Amino acid sequence: MSDIDRELRVSKIRNGTVIDHLAAGHALNVLAILGIDGSGGESVSIGMNVPSDKLAKKDIVKVEDRELSESEVDVLSVISPEATINIVREYDVIEKKRIDRPEYVDGVLACPNRNCITNDEEPIHTRFAVLDDGLRCDYCGEIVREDEVPAHLDVA
Amino acid sequence: MRQDHLISATQLSRADIEAVLDRAAEIDADPSAWQGRHEGSILGLCFFEPSTRTRMSFDTAMKRLGGRTIDMGAVESSSVKKGETLADTMRVLEGYADALVLRHPSEGSAKMATEFVDVPLINAGDGAGQHPTQTLLDLYTMRQNVGLDDVTVGIMGDLKYGRTVHSLASALTNFDTRQHFVSPESLRLPRSVRYDLHESGAQVREHTALDDVLSELDILYVTRIQRERFPDENEYLKVAGEYQISADDLRAAKDSLTVMHPLPRVDEIAPDVDHTAHATYFEQAHNGVPVRMALLDMLLSEGEDE
Repeated sequence: MSDIDRELRVSKIRNGTVIDHLAAGHALNVLAILGIDGSGGESVSIGMNVPSDKLAKKDIVKVEDRELSESEVDVLSVISPEATINIVREYDVIEKKRIDRPEYVDGVLACPNRNCITNDEEPIHTRFAVLDDGLRCDYCGEIVREDEVPAHLDVA
Repeated sequence: MRQDHLISATQLSRADIEAVLDRAAEIDADPSAWQGRHEGSILGLCFFEPSTRTRMSFDTAMKRLGGRTIDMGAVESSSVKKGETLADTMRVLEGYADALVLRHPSEGSAKMATEFVDVPLINAGDGAGQHPTQTLLDLYTMRQNVGLDDVTVGIMGDLKYGRTVHSLASALTNFDTRQHFVSPESLRLPRSVRYDLHESGAQVREHTALDDVLSELDILYVTRIQRERFPDENEYLKVAGEYQISADDLRAAKDSLTVMHPLPRVDEIAPDVDHTAHATYFEQAHNGVPVRMALLDMLLSEGEDE
């Protein structure tokens, strides 16, 4: 079976976002970042452990009628820096972008330090500085290693 | 000091630290020259956690500079009890004072507070995070007794939750010091402090027994191991007992060893140590006043011809 055949297993979308070249195993984390659990009625296609030229295996997520906010892209860049984001309009990819590792990630993640001020009822959002191999809470200094990031996604 | 706020020892350069310590030494040498220097200024004391030394020494420091203090009092009798956010409380209090001192049980609280106030804000302890003014008086005491370069410092006790330890370890990386950390396995330095020490290239070693390193030390900084850090009373008693020192224990140390403690102590330093030449912790506590006077003077003089 050719790669093209395999790609076809995940149907095309008309308008929305395709997040491709995700490190294998992160498709569900991406849905968590986007706050998608199916209850919102979004049309979502997921490929997991799909053979890939760039990565040995990759995950791919296609979401209809949804674009990613800057904060969502920032978190994505930390958990899967190889990912690419394709914006689709009328079945065509109108924009294809690699993601850059940001200096900070705002919101989206909760600080794992339960005694951090960001976990109190204060009018602030979390903010993490991006380190070489993880994130650091800008308020309490707690360090979150890259592999721990998915566990601290702060999504509804 | 260039910053308007003092939130963490990590923000302090060697030059910042030396500027405060030099000013404190000037004040110590001639306290009367500083009386009235900040007449008319008001310092707001915002303590969301109990404090004796820190609160009273800030109070004294401000009054010795000729200023006055206002105190929000106990949390139980304040609007915090009604569910007001820290952000709102600080926004209100900045309108009442020329500078604010904050102690709060949550890590990162002082950093957050700076986002809501324009007056200088001093972190007087944020949970298990930082306590930078304690560090400045610790460094002042060390400089007076031993010096701050080419010294070997042992820091013992609760290194995980001890905010004075976190601030001190970080500040010492500005100087030529060798740092030895002595604690039970469960109370080792947290990952964030370890990371900063590593990044600064500090000379650091960790031990579980004081005996391994005592004879090398110029300074031994002891902190309290708190009962509530252990799930089990027996475990606490067993562990805490290994990190207590007596005059007898110190026979193995250099004659010139300086023993420090941020206080309050419970039983980690036996009273018989008080009568030895090693004991420096009461002098250390007294240094809180000139050092905090120096700091307040510098922060309140920001914008003037400094």
